Amino acid sequence: MLHRLSLLLVAILLTAPAVAGDVALRLATTTSTANTGLMDYLLPVFTRKTGLEVHLIAVGTGKALRLGQEGDVDIVLVHARAAEDKFVADGHGVDRADVMYNDFIIVGPDADTAGVNQSKTVAEVLQRIHQNELPFISRGDDSGTHKRELALWESAARTPGSSWYREVGQGMGKTLQIANEVDGYTMTDRGTWLAYQSKLDIRLLFEDDPPLFNPYGIIAVNPARHPDIDYDGASKLIRWMTSPEAQKMIGEFRIRGQQLFIPSARDSG
Amino acid sequence: MDVLLASSAEAFRLLFSGDAEIWEIVGISFRVSSLAILCAVPPALIIAFVLAYGNFFGRRLLISLFNTFLSIPAVVIGLTLFIVLSRQGPLGDFKLLFTQTAMGLGQFLLCLPILVCMVHVSLQAADRAAWETARTLGASRVRAFFTVIYEIRFGLMAALLAGYGRIISEVGASMMLGGNIAHYTRNIPTAIALETSKGAFAEGIALGMVLLFLAFLVNALLQYVQGKGSINP
Repeated sequence: MLHRLSLLLVAILLTAPAVAGDVALRLATTTSTANTGLMDYLLPVFTRKTGLEVHLIAVGTGKALRLGQEGDVDIVLVHARAAEDKFVADGHGVDRADVMYNDFIIVGPDADTAGVNQSKTVAEVLQRIHQNELPFISRGDDSGTHKRELALWESAARTPGSSWYREVGQGMGKTLQIANEVDGYTMTDRGTWLAYQSKLDIRLLFEDDPPLFNPYGIIAVNPARHPDIDYDGASKLIRWMTSPEAQKMIGEFRIRGQQLFIPSARDSG
Repeated sequence: MDVLLASSAEAFRLLFSGDAEIWEIVGISFRVSSLAILCAVPPALIIAFVLAYGNFFGRRLLISLFNTFLSIPAVVIGLTLFIVLSRQGPLGDFKLLFTQTAMGLGQFLLCLPILVCMVHVSLQAADRAAWETARTLGASRVRAFFTVIYEIRFGLMAALLAGYGRIISEVGASMMLGGNIAHYTRNIPTAIALETSKGAFAEGIALGMVLLFLAFLVNALLQYVQGKGSINP
């Protein structure tokens, strides 16, 4: 038996890799850019141009900024403008640049007893849900989407938090499924909605109001705080993501025939 | 039901169409978990041996501790190591977070208590005579140790299977420590979590089936190593 066992061990060791030299640039980004396939579409082009490999870590915006703050990644691509500004102001990040935006939408049950689809503004949408005390499913996970939702409640001058308001603490996909099961309303990014739409009975009820636009910013981790991060690589990625080439690619990216992200880099250089 | 049917078909297609990505994910899973358990075996054997044959103060407390660690949630191991390995943590200078090494470390810690406890139980059940005979016949302590381990080889094999089963299917710690980076730290469980979050349920279930198939192969292989799996001569 020992002979056969040692054969097995040799076989396993042979399949073991040479330990990878860790030179890749580490990018923390949100599930909305990673799960839609946008980054898989963009990054190989960047790698071909610069020879820099990028390790993509997909987490919520809150966690991504935290990883940047601790110096565990070199660069972040997130969507929570207020938190991003604070991140830069606190000295954790530098060189913030606008990259693109997508938008949030309100989805809910087909019956739509609150009449959300007749609303003129997203504030009115939330006021109608609040007034009728219909189930509203909140991410409740401190993600960029959750932060945005809370800000919208605030500008609608309504405080959610009765039994009809349910914080589930899960990702967008799970949240959509829960909303579907309980015939509830929720706010979602359009990308996740497109991925899940065919499996759900709830439908798109409200869209296209400026407060629902969702800008993405790219920020290099401050090299003064963390001297050994790859600031040079991060700068290259920022320059490329805001370059005409990448901006054009972002505009051309489609899921099920629909454009998801609108390029918005001001400085194309 | 449609999802289950579609995913079965998808599973077969993934496995047998030579899809490079799936085999890369399988390779990462297999490699990281195998190395983790291989590294855990020697310390586990020694700890279990000391717990079974030693006679020292705190022995029973240690046994209880290892038994308790059997039920530690993987995310707790993940979170603890995350804090330790983060750049701000005590081992931050090694830059291990989001590497295969970090994943392996997590899995090492997860399977160690299983190996220790199961080997310890086997040693308890085995006859102490093996040790004493070997010693009386003039074997060194090291030699006698291996004699005893040989005596419990089937129990050891069961421990290996249980430990391997725990870590190859584990998602919490791998997700936290590896970061689910494509082509690098994306293993089968984290890939399943990713596909699920994308709403690609068929692919998720298909990957689950791949994992089961892989587990079956490993079992078959160990069965071959172990012999006939029967006590009949």
